[in-house]
Amino acid sequence: MNWTRTDIDSRLDRMTAELKTSLQRRGISDFAMVGIHSGGAWVADALQQRLGKIPLGSLDISFYRDDFTHRGLHPNVKPSQLPFEVEGAHIVLVDDVLMTGRTIRAAMNELFDFGRPASITLVVLFDIGQRQLPISADICGETLALPPHQRVELRGPAPLAADIIEMTPE
Amino acid sequence: MIPSPPSANIQLTADGRLKHFLSVEGLPRPLLEEILDGAASFVEVGDRSIKKVPLLRGKTVVNLFFEASTRTRSTFELAAKRLSADVLNIDIAKSATSKGETLMDMLWNLEAMASDMFIVRHSDSGAPFFIANHVTPQVAVINAGDGRHAHPTQAMLDMYTIRHYKGRFAGLKVAIIGDVLHSRVARSQIHALNILGAEEVRVIGPKTLLPKDIESLGVSVYTDLAAGLRDVDVVIALRLQKERMDSALLPSEGEFFRLYGLNNDRLRPAKPDAIVMHPGPINRGVEIASEVADGPRSVILHQVTFGIAVRMAVMSMCISGQESGL
Repeated sequence: MNWTRTDIDSRLDRMTAELKTSLQRRGISDFAMVGIHSGGAWVADALQQRLGKIPLGSLDISFYRDDFTHRGLHPNVKPSQLPFEVEGAHIVLVDDVLMTGRTIRAAMNELFDFGRPASITLVVLFDIGQRQLPISADICGETLALPPHQRVELRGPAPLAADIIEMTPE
Repeated sequence: MIPSPPSANIQLTADGRLKHFLSVEGLPRPLLEEILDGAASFVEVGDRSIKKVPLLRGKTVVNLFFEASTRTRSTFELAAKRLSADVLNIDIAKSATSKGETLMDMLWNLEAMASDMFIVRHSDSGAPFFIANHVTPQVAVINAGDGRHAHPTQAMLDMYTIRHYKGRFAGLKVAIIGDVLHSRVARSQIHALNILGAEEVRVIGPKTLLPKDIESLGVSVYTDLAAGLRDVDVVIALRLQKERMDSALLPSEGEFFRLYGLNNDRLRPAKPDAIVMHPGPINRGVEIASEVADGPRSVILHQVTFGIAVRMAVMSMCISGQESGL
């Protein structure tokens, strides 16, 4: 199974509309968007193009992973860049694929080390289940129920496309 | 999968990851590049308002300094704290070794306190290797300077500084000036520059302060400062170790400055965009004039800042190397 550029674009359009409605309903007009490196940052870029000029940052959560001592430091860690004040800000956190929830937990921990946001809204392109933590997305492009040996892999940065890939057992 | 044979290098795990950092010598280039890349991402942590990440939370790092140090000890301590580790500073002069406890007894006691890492500085060359060979497998050892032998984290922060300003090592000419004979920093720098592929490493100084056979490390030797500095991209001044002056290797500090001290005029043969580095502490008016140390080419204080990030990278890599080796 795969998703072409058109498939992804239509999901991003719908997510943008839903995000606008959700923020409006909660009375939020000023917000900043944060993409999780690397797929989440691509999706955040694509959403920003649809939303117009909003502050955009990126997080690399490698320093916050809970499996660091098993896997070591990721060889290609990128600096986190949040070119706005996190303290008191409404943050839209963006990732490409939501699975166990551990990445989102790490990202929220990192965000709080920059300041105390007024709120965090989670936006993901795919939710593939297999959750291990009580975390859910506020806005989601597509929900899938994949068996444990399958993942969705996003290709980017532009244009975006996605495939289902088989995991080789470790 | 067939397990690979245990590595001959005690610094590395069987699969080639860093578990102790004792010497730059003999490490593969990709590993040095991994340290530099890791450090690049830790530099950003130092710019945050909350300068802390939870990578080494719950780990205990022991600073074991058998020889005095302010900058190295405090930057290791800051690096450990920014990684959320707990840090223990052992004041050796006041510790039980001065009451007759042997080094091994002291180490076993520290291991019994569930320490995860020893940062060791010692006036004897090889002391950190001895400790790394005798600690329990879960403890990582980092060399913070041993005798005249090595100071690998200083060399790597210097490499980080060079890469930051020059973007590469290929094609670079680097000159190291002064008391190379007594300098563990110079030895580690020479190894690192050659592994990372610098075009030419030069040492400049009076014959009495250059080790015999230094050419065998892969350097060109100059006793004339002007000739040695011609067209270099990086100038590294070494501290003239005042405590060595009584050994009659030099007539006087004034004489050294007259021949090898860096001032703006003497720097003229170097490339116009050459950077000037110094491992600190600097002796103003001995190996470097204030007009250079405080001038636009000096990156001396940036070296200190980068040093914290480089030490964070090395500590993270060694801790995860220990865990994966179990």
